Amino acid sequence: MSGNPMWSNLQQLPRYRGLIQTLVARELKARYRGSVLGFVWSFINPLMLLIVYSVIFTTILPNPSEETRPYPLFFFCGLLPWTWFNASLTEAAGSLIAGGNLIRKVLFPAEVLPIVTVFSNLVHFLLGLPILIIFLLAYRHYPSPLHLLWFPVIVLVQLVFTIGLSLALAALTVHFRDIRDILANLLQLWFFATPIIYSWRQPGVIYDHHRLMQMNPMMDLAVGYQEVFFFRDAFGAWKGILAVAALAVVVFLVGYWLFDRLRDSFAEVV
Amino acid sequence: MTTGAAIQLDHVSKVYRRYSGRQFATLKSAILQRSLLRELRPHEVLQALQDVSFSVPRGSTFGVVGRNGSGKSTALKLVAGITKPTTGAVTVDGRVSALIELGAGFHPEISGRENVFINGIMLGLSRKEIEDRFDAIVDFAEMGEFIEAPVKTYSSGMYMRLGFAVAIHVDPDVLLVDEVLAVGDEGFTHKCYDKFAEFKRRGKTILLVTHSLGLVERFCDEAVWLDHGRNTGQGDPKRVIDEYRTDVEKEEAVFLATSDAEAQQAAEQPAVSTDRPMDAGAATSDMSQAGEGRWGSGGAEIHHVRIVDAQGEPSQVFHSGEPAIIQFDVHAAHPIDDFVFGIGIFSADGVCVYGTNTLIEAYAAKRLEGRAAVEFRIQAVDLVEGTYKFDVAVHRRDGAPYDYHRLLYTFRVKSPIKDVGLYRPAHRWTFTGVEWEPKR
Repeated sequence: MSGNPMWSNLQQLPRYRGLIQTLVARELKARYRGSVLGFVWSFINPLMLLIVYSVIFTTILPNPSEETRPYPLFFFCGLLPWTWFNASLTEAAGSLIAGGNLIRKVLFPAEVLPIVTVFSNLVHFLLGLPILIIFLLAYRHYPSPLHLLWFPVIVLVQLVFTIGLSLALAALTVHFRDIRDILANLLQLWFFATPIIYSWRQPGVIYDHHRLMQMNPMMDLAVGYQEVFFFRDAFGAWKGILAVAALAVVVFLVGYWLFDRLRDSFAEVV
Repeated sequence: MTTGAAIQLDHVSKVYRRYSGRQFATLKSAILQRSLLRELRPHEVLQALQDVSFSVPRGSTFGVVGRNGSGKSTALKLVAGITKPTTGAVTVDGRVSALIELGAGFHPEISGRENVFINGIMLGLSRKEIEDRFDAIVDFAEMGEFIEAPVKTYSSGMYMRLGFAVAIHVDPDVLLVDEVLAVGDEGFTHKCYDKFAEFKRRGKTILLVTHSLGLVERFCDEAVWLDHGRNTGQGDPKRVIDEYRTDVEKEEAVFLATSDAEAQQAAEQPAVSTDRPMDAGAATSDMSQAGEGRWGSGGAEIHHVRIVDAQGEPSQVFHSGEPAIIQFDVHAAHPIDDFVFGIGIFSADGVCVYGTNTLIEAYAAKRLEGRAAVEFRIQAVDLVEGTYKFDVAVHRRDGAPYDYHRLLYTFRVKSPIKDVGLYRPAHRWTFTGVEWEPKR
């Protein structure tokens, strides 16, 4: 199976909707099974992270920029989507290995596994939104409704981009397990290279000078979320988001192609 | 699709590549040593299947037999579509359900009910279809109210039964079965057989991979025997299985011969040495407990012990009821007039099945010098199936051994009847006023 069968496999993908849906539901149910607070953890986890970073960057190492006030709100806009991205890739990289039993013993569309991790983390992301809304209300910081229309677009772009990367990572990790460790470090670096704890417009930030940093697609997405919820001036991120949208489609196709090329090896190597 | 074949393997070969050290070889080292491409090339290939062709007609039950590692499971995985053939083509007509790994994909933390739905969807059912079959699945698996408990609380039997129940209720056109019938107690096993019989009646195709030859004889319309990845025989299951059995027996005989040779070699050194205490009483009391080995004073030596069949051919596998002959040569360097030949037969767990010697049977020793030959003919090996070992010995009347070979020789008894115990007396049943179904 190589070359053009990729398209016929790709066309099968929508047929796995039910399967993906079921597995996402299973992931969510199983994740908090046995814990006292259960689903509440989906709210508490990002909240805790928010508190930690807010304390650091408002009292210990205060962010000097007036632009990022109120800081917790600013930070939360970037943190939520980043957590989705970060967790998706980390889990997706190990998804085929974790699901080895299915791949080796059952006729099972392997691409479903990394896709499920992205979607179940999307659900956690969406569960974090009510907290963001509470913060917005608490700070009386109301975003413009026009900007809010961009929100689903940005989510969709990030979804496609993340799935593409996840497919490639999942397939490669089967052969090179060290990718999981490399990835953990790379994501750490990527987090700090993305304007989440600081603003991209902040003086002293090197974006203006460094082309490599400007090429970071997560920057456009993070800025997009910040402009939707936080910044009040005109929505300037749209160009970047459209560029990332095009990139996301390419990443998805390349990721799927790679996955499809390696597909036959999974049952033997996993 | 050709002439109603449900499954067709056409010159199929499957090569598994083994990457030496790839478990630990890493991307980093691959890049550093610029050996990425070399690493990706296999160091060793394993030919799991080699030019195998067979076709399974629609509605038939087809058995695949063979030793471990003969490629049976690979063939099944190819038919299931889990792996692809390296060369050749596999075609399957209709919906396939594979009973390969039961309950693969069950999530331990969530309830049996939810797992049934997830597993069903994985196996290609729709939600509606599962809802319709749910009660039947739970009944079949004998789950009762456990169906609401998390799967991690299930016993392994429950886990397997539920997995089996879901897989069988997929209602496939082609059912692939890999050695999974040992999933439950007697009752459940019968239910599985009944289910297979029902599948057969409804004209479904079944591909059965198993070591249970009786099952193949009972259920299958046709069988194929795979040996080292090759199609070694195909056709009527009785004939194929007979050929396979004969081959396995031959191999067992070779195996027994080599392991006996090893034991005898190990026992060779102390054979003639006389540093063993010659105290007769101690020696005899030892004998009932001692493990395999060889000892004695060396006043007479036993050589060339073998067990042969009625034709005089050395053999180590006998069918229950066949004759067997134990032969050995004796050599006494100096003439002796006090000697007894003894034979003892033991089961694998060390129970003495039979023991005798020439003294017990009232042969009065007169003279033994130079070479002599002894033959002990068993008219019929009336033993149940199993592995047996035997002793041969030459010793003095008071029990002090010249040469004692303890448990150094092995033979195996085969039987189509799985009766129990050790000894099978030649017997016949007679009935009056009883009716029987014809024998299967």
